[in-house]
Amino acid sequence: MKIVVCIKQVPDTNEVRIDPKTGTLIREGVPSIINHDDKNALEEALQLKDKYEDVHITVLTMGPPQADVALRESLAMGADRAILVSDRAFAGSDTWATAKTLTAAVKKIGDYDIIFCGRQAIDGDTAQVGPQLAEDLGLPQITYVTHLEIEGNKVKAHRALEDGYEVLTTEMPCLLTTIKELNEPRYSSVRGIFEAYKEKTVEMWNAKDIAISLEETGLNSSPTNVRQTFTPSPKGQGMILEGNGRDTVSELLFKLSEKHLI
Amino acid sequence: MSVIILKDKCRGCRLCMKACPFDAIKMIEGKAAINYDKCTNCGACEASCKFEAILVEREEAKESADLSAYKGVWVFAEQRQGKLMFTSLELLGEGRKLADKLGVELSAVLLGHEIDNICEELIHYGADKVIYANHKLLQNYTTDGYTKVITNLVNEKKPEILIIGATNIGRDLAPRISARLNTGLTADCTKLDIDEEQRILLQTRPAFGGNIMATIITPKHRPQMSTVRPGVMKKLEIDMSRKGIVENVKIDLKQEDIRVNVEEIVKSAKQIVNLVDAHYIVSGGRGLGNPEGFKLIKELADALGGVVGSSRAAVDSGWISQDHQVGQTGKTVRPIVYIACGISGAIQHLAGMQNSDCIIAINKNPDAPIFSVSDYGIVGDLYKVVPMLIEEVKKLKEDN
Amino acid sequence: MNFNLTKEQEMVKTLMREFAEKEVKPIAADIDEEERFPRETVEKMARYAMMGIPFPKELGGAGGDTLSYIIAVEELSRVCGTTGVILSAHTSLGAHPIYQYGTEEQKEKYLKPLAEGKYLGAFGLTEPNAGTDAACQQTIAVLEGNHYVIDGSKVFITNGGESDIYIIFAMTDKAKGTRGISAFIVEKDFPGFSIGKIENKMGIRGSSTSELIFENCIVPKENLLGQEGKGFGIAMQTLDGGRIGIAAQALGIAQGALDECTKYMKERKQFGKPLAAFQGLQWMYADMATKVQAARFLVYNAAMKKDQKLPFATEAAMAKLFASETAMEVTTNAVQIHGGYGYIREYPIERMMRDAKITEIYEGTSQVQKMVIAANLLK
Repeated sequence: MKIVVCIKQVPDTNEVRIDPKTGTLIREGVPSIINHDDKNALEEALQLKDKYEDVHITVLTMGPPQADVALRESLAMGADRAILVSDRAFAGSDTWATAKTLTAAVKKIGDYDIIFCGRQAIDGDTAQVGPQLAEDLGLPQITYVTHLEIEGNKVKAHRALEDGYEVLTTEMPCLLTTIKELNEPRYSSVRGIFEAYKEKTVEMWNAKDIAISLEETGLNSSPTNVRQTFTPSPKGQGMILEGNGRDTVSELLFKLSEKHLI
Repeated sequence: MSVIILKDKCRGCRLCMKACPFDAIKMIEGKAAINYDKCTNCGACEASCKFEAILVEREEAKESADLSAYKGVWVFAEQRQGKLMFTSLELLGEGRKLADKLGVELSAVLLGHEIDNICEELIHYGADKVIYANHKLLQNYTTDGYTKVITNLVNEKKPEILIIGATNIGRDLAPRISARLNTGLTADCTKLDIDEEQRILLQTRPAFGGNIMATIITPKHRPQMSTVRPGVMKKLEIDMSRKGIVENVKIDLKQEDIRVNVEEIVKSAKQIVNLVDAHYIVSGGRGLGNPEGFKLIKELADALGGVVGSSRAAVDSGWISQDHQVGQTGKTVRPIVYIACGISGAIQHLAGMQNSDCIIAINKNPDAPIFSVSDYGIVGDLYKVVPMLIEEVKKLKEDN
Repeated sequence: MNFNLTKEQEMVKTLMREFAEKEVKPIAADIDEEERFPRETVEKMARYAMMGIPFPKELGGAGGDTLSYIIAVEELSRVCGTTGVILSAHTSLGAHPIYQYGTEEQKEKYLKPLAEGKYLGAFGLTEPNAGTDAACQQTIAVLEGNHYVIDGSKVFITNGGESDIYIIFAMTDKAKGTRGISAFIVEKDFPGFSIGKIENKMGIRGSSTSELIFENCIVPKENLLGQEGKGFGIAMQTLDGGRIGIAAQALGIAQGALDECTKYMKERKQFGKPLAAFQGLQWMYADMATKVQAARFLVYNAAMKKDQKLPFATEAAMAKLFASETAMEVTTNAVQIHGGYGYIREYPIERMMRDAKITEIYEGTSQVQKMVIAANLLK
């Protein structure tokens, strides 16, 4: 079985803090990590590799050269091959341009049975690249996968809904997007880390390598444009009630009932 | 299209560096320099520059004959097992506003099997027209079936705007449609508006964990597509006297078009946490210290007749299931009273609750960002404050 | 001098930080309170190839280096001194002597499962009457045909009772003094070998520290490690390496206490402002942070010397001396900064202080380190 896992390197937004004085983002020391949902995607691929023979996992990412670390980590977790698609021409890609670029890379990889993507990236939260990639490749898709079984060429998956789940079946090749509930990602092994740097390589592909024209990627091929960005005006700070004893609590409830909030 | 630094105007003040959400600006020899590998052309730097030293080149939407062929606003009316999703009503309310600004028709696109009764409901909530695709193969949602039917309808009737609720189904369907139509899609919008001069859709969504808002346009592709976050838009009051047209459309769909089979639909046995509709929400975060802390949170929520929410940190720690999560990646809520206990107020959490009518924060750390959005704050140990609060709330309820 | 970590070492650090925070920290207080050996943590570490970091892959290790191993001990100790010493004693004292002195057969039979984490290792040198004066060994080993018979006892053995493999030192020729000491690889199930008293300790309470008893213990001749009579050298060189491990443990404990202070000083308010705003405490904190960083450079430097196959005994002794005394000072001050909360078990600070003390004692007291340093420099 040949598996492609698409990952993204993202800033750990859990670690992002706002400077209380200036109201700006404190980015210093914010680590870059493999996007959470993508780690679940990789873990599922690795579990298939643990379970079946002849499973080969290629991890694919589109990003700046620094994304090398995310791919090394994937290799350290157990992936077989890592590809970094990186080119200045890709800058400013929206989700559709990203999907088209990944399509070109997947076509160059050629042979695959399952493509795993994380549902969404924590720095964008769009959840669009997976389905757009599936469409561009003409593959059936199952998103929000929380449970997966493989039998021969058949894939059976649970797909999360807000109020339950669906049991869906399809055939390979297909694209699946994964969420946290699917599994618990493993750590890298220390041995894996040294292998990732000493024995394995990260292949670097640019726009030419994946035969994508400049009209098909980057800003030029992104249907959506950012017109404006602005900082949401934070709600003004309210009242800090002095103390933390019984009186303070009573005062709070008095104020709430005064305003008919309770 | 790119960001240009006008070196003669740049004073090297570093404001743009701080404003850049993508760490794409560095100082080189005292002047700002863009790292184009990281730059996404978002324009945050341009807005921050006090010296007009940054230019963001943007393409203006050009009115072309091709685009003007597209007319009307469409809303995808999502139904599950013959029941209309609440979000669809919110979309109708928002769609009505957009259609009126453009002076065009608002259509609801309804796919399903033998659900004629929903058509009237859609009209009562604001639709001028219901495009109704009634087919056995559309009874349950399938990516392939719904994508095919909707893209064919769009190609035939050419709406200028198509909005879809950002539910699990909507987020499966919308990117598939936009890709097939080779148009743009903006995810999880919290605000939609029309640039009346250019007649284009302004799609605003939180970016970078809610720290900045981005307004996104789709200048050269049609339809302009957005998914809209549930719980943000307002539905209209039902108007039983509203009249509209139901258009039964013929569709061409075969079993072999659908490559993913729905074997079973399982409703979750566990109680659904209805954060979106709750009037009172009591949320716990990492400051609880352990999963048992949520028992106390639940007790306060019960006393208020509300529900339990949580921060992402608490969900990530495995203390509570994800359906309780409030924030950027969780639910957006606007209860009457929101009580945050042991939540520091990471920006992605604030993004999901700052529109609550009244926010109360209880936190040990007086500098916690949560206090900057709260109406009332208590600096102290939640394990001391919350039990007293529970007692006082109970007392108050008894007195009434 | 290059103080930058390699990319591999950076990633090991990130991994160990995450592993320690998620797997080790949550049980640290419990294993201390219950004096429970964290077997589950050892199994998890084995799964991720953390039990044999500096050994080659062919010998079951991770194919890494000493510095990566040292970083692992540091990061574990940052949240739990117990877990740090389990890994340190296992790697430096249990496995390393076999790597350095063992035959191919011994490496295959013992080092491989140790490095893979299937076996846990320990080191038995100290006796009731041979502590700092390690040369005064009373345990004896007599060659009888194809095996040695060992009689005697060892005390204060880290990982004792939990380990599968023990490196044991005994006199094979009493008349020769230190040149009559030999090293043996002893399996836990060898006849005549038993575990004596398990000590009830002040700190590192989740780790096992026990007495080892040898009564006509039969050890096959091929389990002699190195040559007969070379045991004292093996012990001393092993301890040189082990000291870097303990120095890393001390460094980790100090860093952990410092991190707790960073958090607490920003949170805790007195007289209307956070502790972080009081200059008296700022100065104390600045001294603590500076010493921790100085200790780190000493410890990493010793590890890098070892990796470069340069002499490192002096550097290791300096690292251990300074890091352990820093750990004691920093944890003591951390308790002070935390006030009453520093003294109660609800906060991890008092445990860190209890854990820190042993680093000034085992694998050579601070006084022994000074002897080593002076002896090497005044040669």
